[in-house]
Amino acid sequence: MTADNTSWRPGANLAVMQQRARMLQQLRAFFAQRDVLEVETPILQYHAVTDVHIDTLRVPLEGADGYLHSSPEYPMKRLLAAGSGPIYQVCRVFRADEAGHRHNPEFTMVEWYRPGFDHHRLMQEVDDLVRTLLTDSISPGKTLKLSYRELFDRYLQLDPFSCSVEALQRQARQRHIDIVSDEVMDRDGWLDLLLTHVIEPQLPANRPVFIYDYPASQGALARLQQQDDITVASRFELYLNGLELANGYHELLDPVEQRRRFERDQQQRQQQGRFIPEIDEKLLAALKHGLPDCAGVALGIDRLLMIATGCDDIRDVLSFSMERA
Amino acid sequence: MATYSTNEFKSGLKFMLDGDPCTIIENEFVKPGKGQAFNRVKIRNLLTGRVLEKTFKSGDSVEAADVLDTEMQYLYNDGEAWHFMHPETFEQVAADESAVGDAAKWLKEQDVCTVTLWNGNPISVMPPNHVVLTIVQTDPGVKGDTASGGGKPATTDTGAVVRVPLFVDEGEQIKVDTRTGEYVGRVKD
Repeated sequence: MTADNTSWRPGANLAVMQQRARMLQQLRAFFAQRDVLEVETPILQYHAVTDVHIDTLRVPLEGADGYLHSSPEYPMKRLLAAGSGPIYQVCRVFRADEAGHRHNPEFTMVEWYRPGFDHHRLMQEVDDLVRTLLTDSISPGKTLKLSYRELFDRYLQLDPFSCSVEALQRQARQRHIDIVSDEVMDRDGWLDLLLTHVIEPQLPANRPVFIYDYPASQGALARLQQQDDITVASRFELYLNGLELANGYHELLDPVEQRRRFERDQQQRQQQGRFIPEIDEKLLAALKHGLPDCAGVALGIDRLLMIATGCDDIRDVLSFSMERA
Repeated sequence: MATYSTNEFKSGLKFMLDGDPCTIIENEFVKPGKGQAFNRVKIRNLLTGRVLEKTFKSGDSVEAADVLDTEMQYLYNDGEAWHFMHPETFEQVAADESAVGDAAKWLKEQDVCTVTLWNGNPISVMPPNHVVLTIVQTDPGVKGDTASGGGKPATTDTGAVVRVPLFVDEGEQIKVDTRTGEYVGRVKD
């Protein structure tokens, strides 16, 4: 890290910090009004997620390693299984090796769970919250909802559920996306490439865009649903001004299916020669006890603040980004 | 062999791509929250000067390029190559036309340039930001001539043609900004 003589100064100016404080007040008022309970769960945990695309920061402890959570999802689900009712949490979460204009290894997330909601009802609440938190700055236009299938049809004229990997590669080549890689990418990798490089930049400005019903292979902790000829994961994402803001699920309740997915993650990590986290048995025990039918979502506060303040770089909305930490 | 992971990508990093040394101009980390991470980079091929856009899967690694920017003094041109010398080690290198390129017209003996070496061989030459050159040919300025925009072309001792004010005469020394090719001022002895 370079240490010039101005490096002690914060990256965010006072107005941005005041806006962050206001946003957090409005957020707490929003949930208080809707009787959603604020909770806290450990940032330092004994289990890391198995998710193939999320690397957790390891902390050496006496006797066993700990991990800085990448999301409070598992302990919040244990609270739900214990009968908490609707809950939310605002906390710092950590992701190893994620740094750039839109990423900082440590960031602020609000995550909440709604028993009795499905993902469509939760999308409505996310929309309400985002509009509330942006009241002081911008007023977004009409919300757009597109299924993952509609999204790819609209921007690439192809069906992400049935097209071949070669068709995805052809699209990338036609759009001059030149991927240098020493190993082949799987189908989801190509879909992610087209989503981030081609679709995201074309999403309409100043309108919340919800994308829902993802390929089953991208389901993580979402339940699956049969729809016409395809199986989809009841998962959604929110984009605003091309920025990915939130990810939610109509939550998977089945502990057997959940274990199967964790094991699949572990196998993939093993094939890639990467660290293999152990399965969190406490979460599975809670699912076995019984998680209420619910939907849950996590929303990035720093990115929402980027939109509210018109900053293009996450480092301008953080007091001290990793480079200044 | 030294390698870099995509985590180390930043502007100025030099690595090998398809056998050619390249430098990163811009690096952007792109990742869907639950998906594959990519590094989208804009790079310059240091041999051809061409700028390319490439995408790497994050976590991949690349071979480091043994590329070094060295301050060297320009000595002379022997008709085929331009010769430079390291001012401390007195080590000399010869740069050919493809390495010198457009810099040739600014090269004045004794000036210190930035010579980029790849595996010890010069692949590009950057002249100093400002050079002092002597006017060898220019037409006499005509007073009150406004049609020419208050300037006229002048040829320097290095062969460069620079637009100068009307009052500048042959034999005079001028200071030129090599980045823009523009006249900066007259230099009095």
